[in-house]
Amino acid sequence: MDQTVVIGQKPAHAEGQQHPIRIYLWIWALLFVFSVFSYLVDYFQFHGLMRWTLIITFMLVKAGCIVAIFMHMAWERLALKFAILIPPLCLLILIGLMAIEGAHTFLTRWGAFVR
Amino acid sequence: MKSMVMPLNPTPGTAPAAAGALHGVATDWAADKEVFPVPWGKAMMWIFLLSDTFIFTCFLTSYMNVRISTTASWPNPSKVFALDVAGHPVPLLLIAIMTMVLISSSGTMAIAVNYGYRRDRAKTAALMLATAAFGATFVSMQAFEWTKLIVHEGVRPWGNPMGAAQFGSAFFMITGFHGLHVSAGVIYLSVVARRVWRGFYDRKGSYETVEIAGLYWHFVDLVWVFIFALFYLW
Repeated sequence: MDQTVVIGQKPAHAEGQQHPIRIYLWIWALLFVFSVFSYLVDYFQFHGLMRWTLIITFMLVKAGCIVAIFMHMAWERLALKFAILIPPLCLLILIGLMAIEGAHTFLTRWGAFVR
Repeated sequence: MKSMVMPLNPTPGTAPAAAGALHGVATDWAADKEVFPVPWGKAMMWIFLLSDTFIFTCFLTSYMNVRISTTASWPNPSKVFALDVAGHPVPLLLIAIMTMVLISSSGTMAIAVNYGYRRDRAKTAALMLATAAFGATFVSMQAFEWTKLIVHEGVRPWGNPMGAAQFGSAFFMITGFHGLHVSAGVIYLSVVARRVWRGFYDRKGSYETVEIAGLYWHFVDLVWVFIFALFYLW
């Protein structure tokens, strides 16, 4: 595992990822709260920009909590963080292109069939 | 050969300060050694989850694409997934309960990993089984939801009475694939829990398998966060 640890000297984490259980309980509670919030967005029928902003914000906060704390990404080394978290950024390009393509298809359908 | 003297591989599991961390990225990749100072199973699970991220993003992106491009009106998920409670339709009730169940399962899993590293066999196995039970509950509720949609609402992959035909195909594809992931996870967790209970990891001397199974399970929860927001709430 660790090449530089002097024999007899224990590394900071004796084995794997050990953190106080308190942290997990907090994140658990946070996930509950944010899930209730995102459900309330629908329950109270928010619409328009307000709805999208709230939904996306709560979604990203929950995703961040799960990846950072539950999956221990916050404590991993930067090389692993980069290797896992940077590649999905290409997906933003896919999403952008498909949104443009979808809008184009909508316009051609609108022009050909609906109007 | 001066560089050989400096520590190439600082303590794993710690997040060093920013400047040192970037230096760490360089040495991790440049040195003639393993890049990731984590158990190989964990690195491979992360890479598998990365590939799974691409798969689910492709599903959700194609859903976005058909939803943007259709000229028919999209069925309102808030109404489609409403449940009647005492004669009143409550929007998305079942989906909200499913979300809570899955989040609870992630909580028990995180704590199971923790007890695993404390070598508490009984608590680890019990918490993992609780996680698997939550997962099974989730899949059962999903089966109920699918039945309701197929039998009572007449939703099919090729059409439905409420609006855009693509609603059904996107719904069955995305939630079906996620449901399969949950089902596979329930089996995976049960197998690992059984091994924990029998002391397999005590003899092996390492509980990292529990953490790796946990990574998979948290990922399943993570995907649901996106499905819940983008498919049910959007």
